[in-house]
Amino acid sequence: MPGNSKKLNMVQAINLALREEMQRDKNVILLGEDVGLDGGVFRVSDGLQKEFGAERIVDTPLEESGIVGAAIGMAVYGLRPVAEIQFMGFIYAAVDQIYSHASRIRSRSRGRYTCPLVIRTPYGAGIKPPELHSESAEAFFCHMPGVKVVVPSTPYTAKGLLISAIRDPDPVIFLESTRLYRLIKEEVPEGEYTIPLGKARIVQEGKEVTLIAWGSMLHRTLQAAEGLDAEVIDLMTLSPFDEETIFRSVKKTGRVVIVHEAPKTCGFGAELSATIAEDAMLYMKAPIMRVTGYDAVMPLPKLEDHYVPTFERIRKAIEEIMKY
Amino acid sequence: MPEKTIESITVKRLDILNESGEADSSLMPSLSDDEIRKMYELLILSRVFDEHALNLQREGRIGTYAPIFGQEASQIGSACALERSDWIFPSFRESGVYIAIGYPIHMLFQYWAGDERGLITPEDLNIFPICIPVGTHIPHATGAAFAAKYKGDKTAAIAYFGDGGTSKGDFHEGFNMAGVFKLPVVFLCQNNQWAISVPRERQSASRTLAQKACAYGFEGIQVDGNDIFAVYKATRDALEKARHGGGPTFIECYTYRMSHHTTADDATRYRKEEEVEAWKLKDPILRLKLFMEKKRMWTEQYQKEVEDKSKTIVDNAVITAESISPSQPGDILAYTFETLTSRQSNQMKDF
Repeated sequence: MPGNSKKLNMVQAINLALREEMQRDKNVILLGEDVGLDGGVFRVSDGLQKEFGAERIVDTPLEESGIVGAAIGMAVYGLRPVAEIQFMGFIYAAVDQIYSHASRIRSRSRGRYTCPLVIRTPYGAGIKPPELHSESAEAFFCHMPGVKVVVPSTPYTAKGLLISAIRDPDPVIFLESTRLYRLIKEEVPEGEYTIPLGKARIVQEGKEVTLIAWGSMLHRTLQAAEGLDAEVIDLMTLSPFDEETIFRSVKKTGRVVIVHEAPKTCGFGAELSATIAEDAMLYMKAPIMRVTGYDAVMPLPKLEDHYVPTFERIRKAIEEIMKY
Repeated sequence: MPEKTIESITVKRLDILNESGEADSSLMPSLSDDEIRKMYELLILSRVFDEHALNLQREGRIGTYAPIFGQEASQIGSACALERSDWIFPSFRESGVYIAIGYPIHMLFQYWAGDERGLITPEDLNIFPICIPVGTHIPHATGAAFAAKYKGDKTAAIAYFGDGGTSKGDFHEGFNMAGVFKLPVVFLCQNNQWAISVPRERQSASRTLAQKACAYGFEGIQVDGNDIFAVYKATRDALEKARHGGGPTFIECYTYRMSHHTTADDATRYRKEEEVEAWKLKDPILRLKLFMEKKRMWTEQYQKEVEDKSKTIVDNAVITAESISPSQPGDILAYTFETLTSRQSNQMKDF
């Protein structure tokens, strides 16, 4: 049961979720590069090795495919591993393990073996790092049947979603926005509460336009929605995503703007647009708009702010469809 | 200052049973006559299975199949050393391992005919579903061994792969982590000299594959992979070591792929007949037969009985496999997650 709450940032909220789940279930273990002694490069697992020991908070060699591959073996054996990939740009080395194995073990064995595994990884722009430290590759994983993709946008939802992810019987990719790690603090209760996977939340109700975002882009979208009669949806889980909440909202507003950091082409916004076009076209008053990163690699920090959707670009898109 | 040698490695090779069927008694593992007979019968059974599988593929009754012809001793010898509680991570060329641990043979035909239900491992066996992409299951064995150690189970994991698998990144990553954490795992490579059309010397410039283990801080040993006693002994010792905290071992079984890579391959395009002929003399079944003959454990009559029994078992397995009713199209969706997503529920209406 949830207990006292404290003002926490997202790093602290995720740390709390990990700690509580590890206290609850001895099968939950954490593995990854620098997660133990150092507490992770973002300090997400700070203090956990001291509390749970090096057997459970495991500093691994520098091998992303090996980390995910070993975590698969652990999960199938009966543990509940939480693997950390230090930055999303380094998960590409482990995509083979995720796509060829983690996502298929249940299906390949017709349910005889399962792979309850969480892969946490920091994603997105915002901390001005070197190349490949600001990737937003969520759509890759949404295209993989058998993998769930979760992107929290606040400390409170991060804790509840991570607890659900750890308890989920299937593999979950859990994306943590580096920009949001320490940006906002909010009340986060101690003790157990979960936020179900596959459900979106309406952050702001409105009647004129629906704005859909997740992770770091939610906050910029909320700023752009200020003063407007806009409904803002925080998708939270991208795969499987909450079609019902989206349909209910767009049928009411007839207008939709989707905002994400990743490149436009085949980004997750494409899936959302297609879904809305297929099933809610007749309710639409205006074309579906996407405000996204560009079809180019994420630049180094000097140009980063030109790549990621800005307040102005989101606002402009809203104004555009409000003309209809 | 003069340069010093700070590390040198030695690689051992184990041979017990030679091509004439003579065994080195000083190295011979303790095996009762019944156990040796059981090994022989499993060798025959797996070869009969293999021949049937090839025929069934040619008749269009199963799909692409990866034959084990020539590698039976590496598979049966190692599998006979396993405890029932050990975890096995197979590649796609492991029919002999499956047969040796008592996996229902009809399910193997079912799988190779294209039905996933053939991989629903019976509850009392711990064999992972067949891994098609080469070498990618090696880290899984490492992870399972980690979990066994973490839980305090006296269980070891074993991963089976081939010479091609040793070139993969996951070979390195799986070995590396197993060495660092000194995990209870055995890595068994059947070096069958060919990865489809690429010969062993194109896989690695390393003189032996076994020596690769040294770089990960554990022992590698090469054994005659057509010598069932050497394979059995090396595997048994490695498992014993693993269960007692001694960490991983890499066993290179030096053997030969007598057949094509798979039924979709034609090995005559890239390798010489003389090479295959030379390996025929090293046949793993022939030499155990010669050994048993010398020990008066083998007669023509016994051979006929074993072959007949194997054929009956395999024929019956084919009948069983082919009489299983087809799986439901809805199974395509049903095992993606524990529960269907709402979109999948809609897609399910197509079936």
